[in-house]
Amino acid sequence: MSEYSLYEPSNKTAIYLNGISVKYQIPTEPIKNFKEYVIRYIQGRIEHKEILALNNVDLMIDQGEVFGILGRNGAGKSTLLKVVSKVLIPTNGRVWVKGNVSPLLQLGAGFHIELTGRENIYLNATLLGHSREEIDERFEEIIDFADIGMFIEAPLRTYSSGMISRLGFAVATAWKPDILILDEVLSVGDVAFQEKCIHRMKGFRESGSTVLIVSHSIDQILSICKRALWLDRGEIMMLGAAGEVCQTYQKKLTYN
Amino acid sequence: MIYDSAKRKHPAIEEFLALFRYKDLIYQLVRRDIVARYKRSVLGVAWTMLNPLGTMLIMVLVFSRVFNTVQSYPTYVLTGIICWTMFQQSTSFAMSSMVWGSRLFQQIYLPRTSFVVSTVLASLVNFFLSLVPLFIIMAFSNVKFGLSILLLPFSMLILFIFSLGVALLVSTLAVFFPDVAEMYPVLLLAWMYLSPIIIPVEILQEVLNGLVITLNPFYYVVNIFRLLIYDGIFPTATQWGLAFLVSITFLVLGWILFTRKSDSFAYHV
Repeated sequence: MSEYSLYEPSNKTAIYLNGISVKYQIPTEPIKNFKEYVIRYIQGRIEHKEILALNNVDLMIDQGEVFGILGRNGAGKSTLLKVVSKVLIPTNGRVWVKGNVSPLLQLGAGFHIELTGRENIYLNATLLGHSREEIDERFEEIIDFADIGMFIEAPLRTYSSGMISRLGFAVATAWKPDILILDEVLSVGDVAFQEKCIHRMKGFRESGSTVLIVSHSIDQILSICKRALWLDRGEIMMLGAAGEVCQTYQKKLTYN
Repeated sequence: MIYDSAKRKHPAIEEFLALFRYKDLIYQLVRRDIVARYKRSVLGVAWTMLNPLGTMLIMVLVFSRVFNTVQSYPTYVLTGIICWTMFQQSTSFAMSSMVWGSRLFQQIYLPRTSFVVSTVLASLVNFFLSLVPLFIIMAFSNVKFGLSILLLPFSMLILFIFSLGVALLVSTLAVFFPDVAEMYPVLLLAWMYLSPIIIPVEILQEVLNGLVITLNPFYYVVNIFRLLIYDGIFPTATQWGLAFLVSITFLVLGWILFTRKSDSFAYHV
């Protein structure tokens, strides 16, 4: 029996995962067309290789916690974030998440280069689930934060890549999220802008947002997280105080 | 706002509610489709009106001698073409919007139907604009404007429902079988020549004892539009009933298939 399966989410809980498994099915021989699929289906020759990206994961995170996730590439970190942000429905298990989740994954993924900065702000913010009124309210603030000034009425193709990421970050963080997901993104723009970003992140943390951080940098996790999780091949290797988890993970890394 | 995977509603209902919550997104996506498409062209949105006119002109030049039994053939062709364009564009674009959207679907939660719905709505706006050249051609070729034209919104509704239904069906298929996207244009071409778009209904009615018409769902959809605009008469209750029945059936099938499969979209890219 796992540590959490006896508990139900309480009113302090932000994220509750119970027995989460994500099983990807990859055809052993790729089936590319419909005809082939039909023929194989009739012959009963459709074979799949199963990959367990997450294997029976239990996790409970409280509101306001800053939680770190460690692990190698392919350990299931991103899959875990996708389950929390409702992008991926797990094959098994129960997900329970309270409040709005703001994933700061690849910034500006929903931008359109022919539209102006103004139009893109509206497009991107509605993609994140905000209403028109909410955007009207924060519009000036977003432009100020992104520091794009006169370019606001120019099409995005005239922007530098730095400006695009600044705009993406400004839109994504204009509203205080209940749960903020950071997947290796704190490397946007120049040093001055990074300072601004970190300042804003700290503001969220202080005002009670739950923060979920995925990082390769053990130092980063150590400096901001209280608790941490170490994932390997879809399974929880260790869950506990950030200091201990980081130490064990560090040891394991140096052994190999 | 709590998301609990243990207490989910039926996917078809859940998706409908989610789409309603994201209505501002739908508006932005429709706007993007229309604005971005013509942003770098000089004539801009005027192309929506010029394109069907161009196609009509070619068809009239090529076929008017052959199909000279049809009264005011230009109007006949144009009514057919703008309906077909709406259907063809919306379903093909919906498919490619799923491919474009898959990058976003992998990163953030969005109602899965949002790209399909917005694409079909954008095509409906284009359809509305292409009514302008149609009315101009009608005025020039002395086709009478009847009172029946007032029922046009219902005909547009039927066209929208039918296109959305087919768009959902083909987009679901295209996610699982990328070949569908390659096959679809060919299928559409065949479907167009089996529908009374360019070819007069009377001629198609002689093919296979008229089965080509009776079993063709698009016939019922385009028929209502032609009756209202080109013939200038009110369709009978049976004609309305059949058109609504056919299009709603496609929408229900499409919506159920799409929402049932949409949980596994993220597993399939």
